[in-house]
Amino acid sequence: MSNVGIVIVSHSPLVAEGTADMVRQMVGDEVPLAWCGGNGHGGLGTNVEAIMGAIDKAWSEAGVAILVDLGGAETNSEMAVEMIGEPRAHKIIVCNAPIVEGAVMAATEASGGASLREVVATAHELSPS
Amino acid sequence: MSAGTMVKTGTMDKVDLKTLISVTADTIAAHADELTALDQAIGDGDHGLNMKRGFEAVRAEAEGFAAKPLPEALKAIGTKLVMTVGGASGPLFGTLFMALGKEISAEPDRANLAIAFGKAIEAVAVRGKSQVGQKTMLDVLQPVHEALLRGKTTAEIADVADNAADATVPMKALRGRASFLGDRSIGHMDAGGRSVALLVRAVVESIEGHA
Repeated sequence: MSNVGIVIVSHSPLVAEGTADMVRQMVGDEVPLAWCGGNGHGGLGTNVEAIMGAIDKAWSEAGVAILVDLGGAETNSEMAVEMIGEPRAHKIIVCNAPIVEGAVMAATEASGGASLREVVATAHELSPS
Repeated sequence: MSAGTMVKTGTMDKVDLKTLISVTADTIAAHADELTALDQAIGDGDHGLNMKRGFEAVRAEAEGFAAKPLPEALKAIGTKLVMTVGGASGPLFGTLFMALGKEISAEPDRANLAIAFGKAIEAVAVRGKSQVGQKTMLDVLQPVHEALLRGKTTAEIADVADNAADATVPMKALRGRASFLGDRSIGHMDAGGRSVALLVRAVVESIEGHA
């Protein structure tokens, strides 16, 4: 698929899955989508391996935008991008945006064929800074 | 003991990496409940358990790590911590070890160790988008680095680390989950800083016992 992919990373698998449901409702299957949540041991948290797996699943040559909730999700996502390395790393961007609104808005933008830069910019517009 | 004996060429032969892995995993396991309690006060309360999981995972593969040259061993240990600790601590402690491995020589003397440690701290700061004074592990790492540069003895370095961890108590958290509490983060020790102090003491006491 040529549309930008969306990855949702929450500390809670329920939040991640629920957010993905909301994205699907908006864009159906027009956007590669994956989510992960939880520490991999049944508790709340995020883990690098699961994030790398989600990026693989939502991979698109147009790039992948990652939406995260709290700090650890961001740090772990950045770590995952670094471990994936080039040539893919520069096509993966961790967005600074609220996770639910960011994912829905970014996916909607992506479903119209927007570039990774445009998708990320749409998500970033939601963050006052 | 003279300042120069802490780490010198060949020290890693005397205090083999397997021992260091074992003593660091021991101290984290022994203090896991304390670390979790610190994190419960102003964080999400998973620090002790996460660190224990990570350091036990490293311990489980100690033979393999110890068989590698020191730089490669540290990088592999860092990667293992990234994959197993979870939470924000995984990438932060993992980056510390990975960056240390990238900068250190196979048989580090104290000068090389000090420089590599400084670069590793910079990498942690970048990873955490943080700096000294924000009630994080950097507030313990930085004084330890200065003590290394100033030629402090191993015993002094362990004390510097403990005092630095204590000094995070009156700080206001500006990074991480604790920062959500604002002024209410004041009066509690930073769990990541405490972990660094525990690791530093375990490592230097192990080296002191053998050097």
